[in-house]
Amino acid sequence: MFYYIVRRVLSVVIMLFLITGTTFLLFFAGPSDPARYTCARNCTTAILEGNRKALGYDQPVYVQYGKFVEGLFVGRDFPDNAALRAAHPEQIVHCPAPCMGYSPTTNQTINALVATAWPVSLSIAIGAFVIWMIIGVGGGVIAALKRGRWPDRLIVGSALIGFSVPTFFIGLILLTFPAIKWGWVPIPHYFPFTQNPLTWASNLILPWLTLACIFAASYIRLTRAYMIETMSEDYIRTAMAKGQTKWRIILRHGLRAALTPIVTAAGLDLGGLLGGAIITESVFSMHGLGWTAINAVINMNLPVIVAMVLIVSAFIVIANMLVDIAYGFIDPRVKLVG
Amino acid sequence: MAETTLEEARDGAVAIVGRTPWQITRSRLLRDKVTLIAMGVAILFVILAAIAPLLTTWKLIDPYTSHTDLVGGLGSLPTGNLGGISSTHWLGVEPGTGRDLFSRIVSGLTVSLLVSVCAALVSVTLGTIIGIISGTAGGRVDWLFSRVIDFVLSFPQTLMLIALSTIVIDALESALNVARTPASMVFMIIVMGFFGWPSFARIIRGQVLSLKEREFVEAARSLGAGRMRIYFKELLPHLWAPILVYSTLIMPQNIATEAALGFLGVGIQAPTPSFGSILNDSVHYAIADPAYFIFPGVTLFLVVLAFNLVGDGFRDALDPKADRQ
Repeated sequence: MFYYIVRRVLSVVIMLFLITGTTFLLFFAGPSDPARYTCARNCTTAILEGNRKALGYDQPVYVQYGKFVEGLFVGRDFPDNAALRAAHPEQIVHCPAPCMGYSPTTNQTINALVATAWPVSLSIAIGAFVIWMIIGVGGGVIAALKRGRWPDRLIVGSALIGFSVPTFFIGLILLTFPAIKWGWVPIPHYFPFTQNPLTWASNLILPWLTLACIFAASYIRLTRAYMIETMSEDYIRTAMAKGQTKWRIILRHGLRAALTPIVTAAGLDLGGLLGGAIITESVFSMHGLGWTAINAVINMNLPVIVAMVLIVSAFIVIANMLVDIAYGFIDPRVKLVG
Repeated sequence: MAETTLEEARDGAVAIVGRTPWQITRSRLLRDKVTLIAMGVAILFVILAAIAPLLTTWKLIDPYTSHTDLVGGLGSLPTGNLGGISSTHWLGVEPGTGRDLFSRIVSGLTVSLLVSVCAALVSVTLGTIIGIISGTAGGRVDWLFSRVIDFVLSFPQTLMLIALSTIVIDALESALNVARTPASMVFMIIVMGFFGWPSFARIIRGQVLSLKEREFVEAARSLGAGRMRIYFKELLPHLWAPILVYSTLIMPQNIATEAALGFLGVGIQAPTPSFGSILNDSVHYAIADPAYFIFPGVTLFLVVLAFNLVGDGFRDALDPKADRQ
């Protein structure tokens, strides 16, 4: 078990190096000049070259990548210029480890950018997760127990609809009608949870519902399929023969066994969402990580794009690892060998 | 296996004739009314998409002509109810330009389906070839391909699609010497196709791992069949079921991805109609003229739903373990 975990952690680290390295190559060694995007209007050759030097784009890609990795572990200064540091220390921005870079268009470190965006994405992900797990697993269990009858048809039917509606379409409808036209809920705007939990929740309810609609659908299908499978196992019949109560059988014997695939899917989906829900955040103009990423792409803010790819893939890879490790604890049949 | 034999025995008791797997599948499909209806709808959409360019040449639909007399007032909204529905403009007109919305949706269907089908072809071809090679070769080759699959799957797909769009579309435009629209279409096909293959390669690899131990492969090998013959003549015919299911299930995903990216302002852009470009434009009028996003949105939903249902139906019909109750 211990060796298994060590090995997985190592492979996560290697994977993240490969991903950031590839992203770096794609964006900084591509056919387009990265410095061009840092100076928009009134661009002169002097400013362009100044920016190129200040941001280190004049150096070979591997040196830039080396600096990026160094920044992740020990931090960096922008611009990295010893003479300037001695003469005007106030013009240097220090970015402590784990430094993800510097955003030239907004003039701040990416860590600062992430620090403001991350709570928004976290709030959206957590709330949506709770709602879709309750609807998804609950609906799936009910559908499996009432198999073939009208509750099953109703639940499976609505799951199919939820599965096929594009995220932005649900979001746009929820934003246009309940929020703007009818005024039932506030037009979403992020307020910190610590400020007022009620305002926080009422502003986030629409993004939550949007994501929950999409995700609950696949959890209903998943839970239903696995519940039907486990409820036909012999040990369920044994439990019934022993005279255990219906709900004890459903929860302790049925759902417990169906939990492994559900936890897998839940871990991976939550991991993906923590890196920002791009479409939902764009529809509701919530300034989370997904919105930051889209904005970076629109402005071709390359360092931010690379940092966002790193963050999102880190969440995906780490969630993958945690799910695999969790297997060993949830499912007694799984033995993790190093 | 036990389940299959039981079911076959039961079927055999009803009508004592041997049935090929294809006959079983067909009879299951014919009994599945939902899938049949969905298939009808999906075929209708495909036909509509295929003949849309012809309809445009015959002037039956007209997605590009502006009708400024049909829009007016603040923000140039369509005059009349529900986005200006009339006998000549079945789904109303576009705010601003007054172009016929029905024509634009039908023409958009062509672009969206074309891109999605081509991307699905790229994913399925790559996935099948790599899956077969990885499954039969085993050892180091298999290890390498599996790591590559893990690697591609770890990339944040939507983010990469969006991030790469600007750079790659620019590069394609100059490399192929084409306009923005075809360059964006090629980009969508290549990149969506590229991110689609790894999960399918995994499925195929799993199938091949069990298939390659079967006697007919052994027999072919002992008769001196070459590697290519084993790949394409022996293994490939046994893989058509997952290929069919995956192709139908990846189609709606691609259609939805194209629309989502277009909505975000990436990929195919106006005036070329596609679900993405229409919906992207409609956002500006979401409050003033909701019909403008609801009609294309509902059409998009119906297309995705129809393909999803067909894919689900195929999967159930082809699954030997599927319960027929």
